[in-house]
Amino acid sequence: MKTAVTEPRWLRWLLIALALGFLALNLALPLIVVFAEAFRKGADAYLAAIRDPEALTALRLTLTVAAIAVPLNIVFGLAASWAIAKFDFRGKALLVTLIDLPFSVSPVVAGLIYVLLFGMQGWFGPWLRDHDVQIIFAVPGLVLATLFITFPFVARELIPLMEEQGREEEEAALSLGASGWATFRRVTLPNIRWGLLYGVLLCNARAMGEFGAVSVVSGHIRGKTNTLPLHIEILYNEYNFVAAFAVATLLAGLALVTLVVKSFLEWRYAEQLAGHGA
Amino acid sequence: MRTGLLQRRASILPGFGLTFGLTLFMLSLVVLVPLSAVFLRAASLPAGEFAAVALSPRALAAYRLSFGTAALAAALNTVFGLLTAWVLVRYDFPGRRIVSALVDLPFALPTAVAGIALTALYAPNGWLGGALAAWGVKIAFTPLGVVVALIFVGLPFVVRTVEPVLADLGPEVEEAAASLGASRLQAFGRVILPAIAPALLTGAALAFARALGEYGSVIFIAGNLPMRSEIAPLLIVVQLEQFNVGGATAIAVTMLLASFALLLLINGLQVWQRRRMAA
Repeated sequence: MKTAVTEPRWLRWLLIALALGFLALNLALPLIVVFAEAFRKGADAYLAAIRDPEALTALRLTLTVAAIAVPLNIVFGLAASWAIAKFDFRGKALLVTLIDLPFSVSPVVAGLIYVLLFGMQGWFGPWLRDHDVQIIFAVPGLVLATLFITFPFVARELIPLMEEQGREEEEAALSLGASGWATFRRVTLPNIRWGLLYGVLLCNARAMGEFGAVSVVSGHIRGKTNTLPLHIEILYNEYNFVAAFAVATLLAGLALVTLVVKSFLEWRYAEQLAGHGA
Repeated sequence: MRTGLLQRRASILPGFGLTFGLTLFMLSLVVLVPLSAVFLRAASLPAGEFAAVALSPRALAAYRLSFGTAALAAALNTVFGLLTAWVLVRYDFPGRRIVSALVDLPFALPTAVAGIALTALYAPNGWLGGALAAWGVKIAFTPLGVVVALIFVGLPFVVRTVEPVLADLGPEVEEAAASLGASRLQAFGRVILPAIAPALLTGAALAFARALGEYGSVIFIAGNLPMRSEIAPLLIVVQLEQFNVGGATAIAVTMLLASFALLLLINGLQVWQRRRMAA
């Protein structure tokens, strides 16, 4: 647009058409299919499917898991970004790499590691059984697996943002006599709030939608350890396609809301997000 | 001043001990200790048992499928991801903002939802599958279906890595190339492509790494036939369902080693890119 050198008009429109065609086929069409299949047998079948008690239990479980995992993530993200962005220490690059580690681990492996620790054949399995504590095939396992998968989300957003913002404002507040906590709450937090919200948004979408890791630790106990994505799998494997897609529209709706809020933040608060302009 | 891992520059900001401690504690509890459990468990397996599962013909076929489909999907995503980033950065067209938001859909849409949606599209009785079947092309329940799912999950990585680098690229070098008589294609191949190469390769490696471990979107569309359309992560689940925790561990460790090698490669590419940007 701003370049003096550009392609001929026909080539520009050809490239745009190619890109849009690719995106329509691979991104838009799957999204449309979810809603079309959910309403294939009409609104009544759709409503019956999402009002089903098992679907509601799965919805409640998904919300519970996210309600535990996301706040823990926020605590970790704030602590990690404060330590990493506001201080210099050796081994920082290694620490950042280790925080990123869950991004490159298969979700299935993420579930497996907790089975190895807490499952019946795992290290702590016998001890947990003797003390009547259940982690695998129960809510704590779902939370742990979700926590692992989403671990880097908030920290990854906040570390570069806080590095860009530097330390001067905090140092000024402290030298004016503010306490450390007051400095964090009154200076740092207002500076990073949109970045934090951005990170939380993506973290929450992944937490509510995680499938592989949760699938390994859940044991698929209907009405007990089935989150929404796992419930979709069960319905689908029972050839109950309308119900599977109906439940899927709830998660697709969450994805759409996530994208809208995310785009709004990028548009309105670009300068207060990491890597989105000065 | 102390020396060692925690040597730090004097800072008047408080809370290093607390936040660093909490970071290390949570990281160890959630990530490091559980991950090392897999390696310790694998080390305690007899070498014969490890190889019997991790290097069985079925496992080798699964690695081949996982690596092959992930590589093909990453290659296609590199081409179309670059095209998408180019169009979004360089051209103005109606709906550009919506298209840009749509690119992130795979980050927000749960993989299980993507999996059943793609299967509904490409199954023989599906929206596209029916027409393709008339041409004799089968996608769902074949390795091609795996590629389709992996294209979906990997696309945003390439677009989002290349986009900022492309946007930062000033017009001067292209103008210089044009004034020296280079055609548009020459300018792209000799000037633009080398400048964005580190970002493009990083995006491709990220898409590949994500595709290698992907599970949710693939299992619905793959058909999951052993030796033919069974991906490596699924084989871990199969071993677990047969209560063969040792076998699951052996395959998991093999996959983890591949992931770590990729992580090193990606870190190296990012160092290269930062040097390129600084130069």
